[in-house]
Amino acid sequence: MADTGYSKLIKDGLWSNNQALVALLGLCPLLAVTNTAINGLGLGIATTLVLTLSNVTVSLIRNLVRPEVRLPVFVLVIASFVTAVELSMNAWFYGLYKVLGIFIPLIVTNCAIIGRAEAFASKNNLFRSAIDGLAMGAGFTFALVALGSLREIVGMGTLLSQAHLMFGEGARGLTLTLGEDFNGMLLAILPPGAFLGLGFMIALKNVIDGRAASRKVKVVLAEAQTS
Amino acid sequence: MRFATITSPHTERPNSVTWTMLWVLIALIPGTIAMTWYFGWGTLINIVFASVVAVTSEALVLKMRGRNPIPEIKDLSAVVTAVLFALAVPPLLPWWLTVIGMVFAIIVVKQLYGGIGYNPFNPAMAAYVLLLVSYPIPMTSWVPPEMLNQHALSFSQTLTLIFTGSLPAGLTWDALSMATPLDVMRTQLDLNFTLGEIKNSPLWGDFGGLGWEWVGNWYLLGGLLLLYKRIISWHIPVAMIGALVVIAMLFHIIDQDAHPFALFHVFSGGTILGAFFIATDPVSACTTKKGQLIYGASIGVLIYIIRTWGGYPDAVAFSVLLLNMAAPTIDYYTQPRVFGHERSSHD
Repeated sequence: MADTGYSKLIKDGLWSNNQALVALLGLCPLLAVTNTAINGLGLGIATTLVLTLSNVTVSLIRNLVRPEVRLPVFVLVIASFVTAVELSMNAWFYGLYKVLGIFIPLIVTNCAIIGRAEAFASKNNLFRSAIDGLAMGAGFTFALVALGSLREIVGMGTLLSQAHLMFGEGARGLTLTLGEDFNGMLLAILPPGAFLGLGFMIALKNVIDGRAASRKVKVVLAEAQTS
Repeated sequence: MRFATITSPHTERPNSVTWTMLWVLIALIPGTIAMTWYFGWGTLINIVFASVVAVTSEALVLKMRGRNPIPEIKDLSAVVTAVLFALAVPPLLPWWLTVIGMVFAIIVVKQLYGGIGYNPFNPAMAAYVLLLVSYPIPMTSWVPPEMLNQHALSFSQTLTLIFTGSLPAGLTWDALSMATPLDVMRTQLDLNFTLGEIKNSPLWGDFGGLGWEWVGNWYLLGGLLLLYKRIISWHIPVAMIGALVVIAMLFHIIDQDAHPFALFHVFSGGTILGAFFIATDPVSACTTKKGQLIYGASIGVLIYIIRTWGGYPDAVAFSVLLLNMAAPTIDYYTQPRVFGHERSSHD
């Protein structure tokens, strides 16, 4: 990595190396829990927490662990943090904990986390690893919430339903409804809807990137012509 | 003086995509007339409306892709998709479901994969399944066949119902709609009625439901026309119907009270339409002859399995889509040996 700037780390995590939309890692939770925006947000925050903590820890012990045993050690670290996050959610977000169910412990197997530990945290210092974990987690959360909102709107005609699971009873009023007689498209809630939605999101990202790239080329050409 | 040199083949016929699609449309005419005769004007209205939506979507998406839309619209493939879809859905389907189905079929299933010739799935069936999974109630509310229908709707009443959803005065949806014979058969069998008891209702004809079996016969006529014109080969339809008959016969012999006679399955639902017009789609089906036999037979077996034990009463669309997925693999393992070559390397 030639560019050592933190802004590049953040941009990588949020957009150009987004773990869900570009690296296509962690698809199992991404596809399984994104039937509402709140579910996506809950799992996204849990994943971000684990990702940041595991990046920090792996970065701290990166010179102590022999390369031969590094993967089991990383998995142990990640599993410990996942257990901690799971117990905390059980204690403080019980409703959300029950909705997300098996997918909280399954964060252990999220390739995005071990991928960042192996590819980034084991080679970089503490602070950079922490920033990387936060940025990658935020990017993953962004993808989860976007896909969750999309599926919720198309499938049920609501947005932010069950917000009280996350923000307490006062948040019940946050739920937006698109119209009384809106017939949700059931498919969007079902697993195929997740694949279709993810496909459209990746396509949209590629379109935006393509537009940006062609604009850049045009600017370069224009500069070349004027000079 | 120079003569024009032309490479073989020296006899030619206008065997273009347009020509093929035109013949498919012609072969669908008897079935369409039969559908209109038995189930009212809704089918015709759906066909026209679905075609308009399909062609418009195709033109739009081709424009977006920066191509000239005229040649691909002229090949009539979008119209064939629309007609097949309209024949598969209930005649009184609300207009916006047709719009969703056609936009999905043309834009997502066909054009996003690269347009005609590149779609791995049959667009009409993918749209049908999308709607069946998303909106099960309107997609299973069929009208009774003409001889059982006490409230046959006129053309304008049908038009109003499809486009505004308002029923003619004094009628309710329940009076207008009826479950399909396949649906009735399943529900009654689940309630532990025997076949003899179920068949006591006036719903049944000789083999399948009253009216339905005749629609099947007219589709069969169109299918035979396609066979005669060599637009499809016999392999897929024969294997599909043959496998369905064999497996249905087997279960019928084992338990005559719980498993309907084999021809019931052939003349119910979309079997005939599927065998001749949908499973034979040259893009999404197998291309090798041996592969087509496997492909057709697997569809037949799957139809029986899903109809008998699955969650939905009819299964042609699901079976065709599942085998669309398997078609490239089947083709890979059934490549014929090229004359003079050793058996291919993967054997």
